[in-house]
Amino acid sequence: MLSGLITSLFGGISVGSVLLIAALGLAIVFGLMGVINMAHGELMMIGAYTTFLVQNVCKGTPLADLYIFPAIIAAFLVAGLLGFFLERTVVRHLYGRPLETLLATWGVSLILQQFVRSVSWQFIIGIGIFGSLYYAGNRLLANGKAAKFDWKKLLLTTIASIASLVICNVLGDMFKLAITQPWFGAQNVDVTAPSWLLGGLPIGDDQLPATRIFIMVLTAGCVAGVYWFLNKSMWGLRIRAVTQNREMSACLGISTDRVDALTFALGSGLAGIAGVAVSLLGSVGPNTGTNYIIDTFMVVVVGGVGKLVGSIVAALVLGTTSYLIGSDSFAPLLGWAPPLANFFTFFSNSSMAKVMVFAGIFVFLQARPAGLFPQKGRTVDN
Amino acid sequence: MFTKIIRQPIWREIIIVAGLALLLATVIPQLLYAIGQGFRVGLLGRFMALGIAALGIDLIWGYTGMLSLGHGIFFALGGYAFAMFLLLQLPAGKLPEFFSLNGVTELPWFWQPFASLPFTLLAVILIPSLVAAIVGYFVFRNRIRGVYFSILTQAALIVFYNLFNSQQKWINGTNGLKTDSAMFFGKVVSSIEVQWLFYLCSLFGLVGAYGICRWLTNGRFGRLLMAIRDDEPRVRFSGYDPTGFKVFVLAVSAALAGIAGALFTVQSGIITPNAMDISFSIEMIIWVAVGGRGTLVGAIIGALLVNFGKSILSEQFPAFWLFFQGAMFLVVVAAVPDGLVGWLRRTGQEIQQRGKSRSATFPQVDLDENLQSEKIHPSGK
Repeated sequence: MLSGLITSLFGGISVGSVLLIAALGLAIVFGLMGVINMAHGELMMIGAYTTFLVQNVCKGTPLADLYIFPAIIAAFLVAGLLGFFLERTVVRHLYGRPLETLLATWGVSLILQQFVRSVSWQFIIGIGIFGSLYYAGNRLLANGKAAKFDWKKLLLTTIASIASLVICNVLGDMFKLAITQPWFGAQNVDVTAPSWLLGGLPIGDDQLPATRIFIMVLTAGCVAGVYWFLNKSMWGLRIRAVTQNREMSACLGISTDRVDALTFALGSGLAGIAGVAVSLLGSVGPNTGTNYIIDTFMVVVVGGVGKLVGSIVAALVLGTTSYLIGSDSFAPLLGWAPPLANFFTFFSNSSMAKVMVFAGIFVFLQARPAGLFPQKGRTVDN
Repeated sequence: MFTKIIRQPIWREIIIVAGLALLLATVIPQLLYAIGQGFRVGLLGRFMALGIAALGIDLIWGYTGMLSLGHGIFFALGGYAFAMFLLLQLPAGKLPEFFSLNGVTELPWFWQPFASLPFTLLAVILIPSLVAAIVGYFVFRNRIRGVYFSILTQAALIVFYNLFNSQQKWINGTNGLKTDSAMFFGKVVSSIEVQWLFYLCSLFGLVGAYGICRWLTNGRFGRLLMAIRDDEPRVRFSGYDPTGFKVFVLAVSAALAGIAGALFTVQSGIITPNAMDISFSIEMIIWVAVGGRGTLVGAIIGALLVNFGKSILSEQFPAFWLFFQGAMFLVVVAAVPDGLVGWLRRTGQEIQQRGKSRSATFPQVDLDENLQSEKIHPSGK
């Protein structure tokens, strides 16, 4: 009985910690900045693919067993840089228009999904040629002035894309598979956990998988790191200031522009680390991110926007509840009320558990529309 | 003081719409057959059905400012309702095939009423709007709106997707309901006569939906919807309760999506839980965004354009459709937020206005055609 209780509690917390690490970046981007980033799941997916790459690079070297640590750093950097780029090029222009941001970042997520499916050396070369042609042409056209949209630019885009397509096809014919072979393809790829994570911690008849314990430790580390960064570092102070009062912070000399970019990059980098955790749980595919995006948004909504602690509590509660419902832990306890027990058995698989948890969230939001830890204020809700 | 409002002559629009409908019902299918693209007639029928859903999206997003990411629910509910009716057109005592595979020997109670056509037609409209009204009431009652509404509708979408996907026994789970080989008044559904009938139904459905949306968005009710979109707190401070209006317009929009789902299902031959895929519901948004939100014509044009573009592009370059779609989201949001129709309109107005002096008011009275069309009648005292 006791070991059963510990296993289910552990299972719940481990599901919750995956949710938490996935939602942590979103809690910063959505919770603190108020930016809806639908590409968050895809940033996780990029992090997972980075792990796969690092694993392959490390194979056969002395690092082979420890690849997971460089992978965490690499995933953080890759996803963070991608997020930084995304903020500079797309999100920055859409601040204050959340619905537009939602649609634009959804577009980005579609592009990223297809990107990992079809990326190859040929593809990279093509993008490189297009980028340099476009950049050079733009410089020529603009002559130092800031150029705005006009027909010349459209023409330039067309010429650059046709030229890069032609060159790519020629190169593809010349070198064949050597450069046209996709890096990952549409199939899922597998990350094998390092050998020291393969076992488990035996408790009674069951055992706790070591990968799950690793994810819990990783999550705890990330939460601690984020707390330290936000509360103790100079940039964290600036981020908190801008979150609380953007105009006043700008007046006091904080470069809100840079703070925005940094915050977004930080959130994206955390998504990358979440990708490392996700890659340990199962195979990784282009659609990996889509499975997480709603769950993570629900965590932030239930937790209450603007408070990290809300997201932490919400992730653990949601994770534990859905695990307990999904593993049918309630039915044995309800032997005295067979209809109720049957009711819980009906929901006892992971997808039906989600139905029940989300229905529960709807009910919960009736009582507390602003989440567990709402922000206090007297403004009209805008 | 009483003022009388004069509307723009409605007969001109009626003639244009009727003419277009007549063209779509007679000449265009013949033309497509003549150039050997006969299969595109079927596609056109399906896309017109999707156009009905786009009108619904436009009603709540373009006019009322609520971005629903969960319209797949209503689409699928309509589709399932009609598919259930078609599957039940069997000799007495027989059950749809998949039931026997899942070991069900008696028709479940919720299937039974779908044997009648009138009930099914009502259900196609009422079930989605009822679900929408319930969800909408509980969301709007708490003044949850904006992106929170979007996220909650998406969560609702996941709920319904999982629910339908895991009920293998009652509604055939992942495999969905196949209507292709079912009978409709003694004819196989996939036969050319029945498909032509559904083509015409889609066309008239689209015209009817356009009429209803036109009527709703015109006049006082439509003005109120736009007011909710532009500044909801102010609407509330003016003494209106937006909740009822929002619930109502969401229900109407869901009904339109349900009709679209039913018409689309019978023409594509199958309905599966994939109709509640996250991406499909967001695709509906992009139809409206491309065509022009806040303009009803734009929604229809967008649905047709994007879907034909999709079918042509994904035939030619299957790998590039997602890139293209992603780029479309970015371009529409960043460069042409008003969509195609809005852009054309603006360009036309700019050409018209060229050389004239502009008034300094905002929004400029002489650019706002709604104000233009409602000049106060001098004799209406």
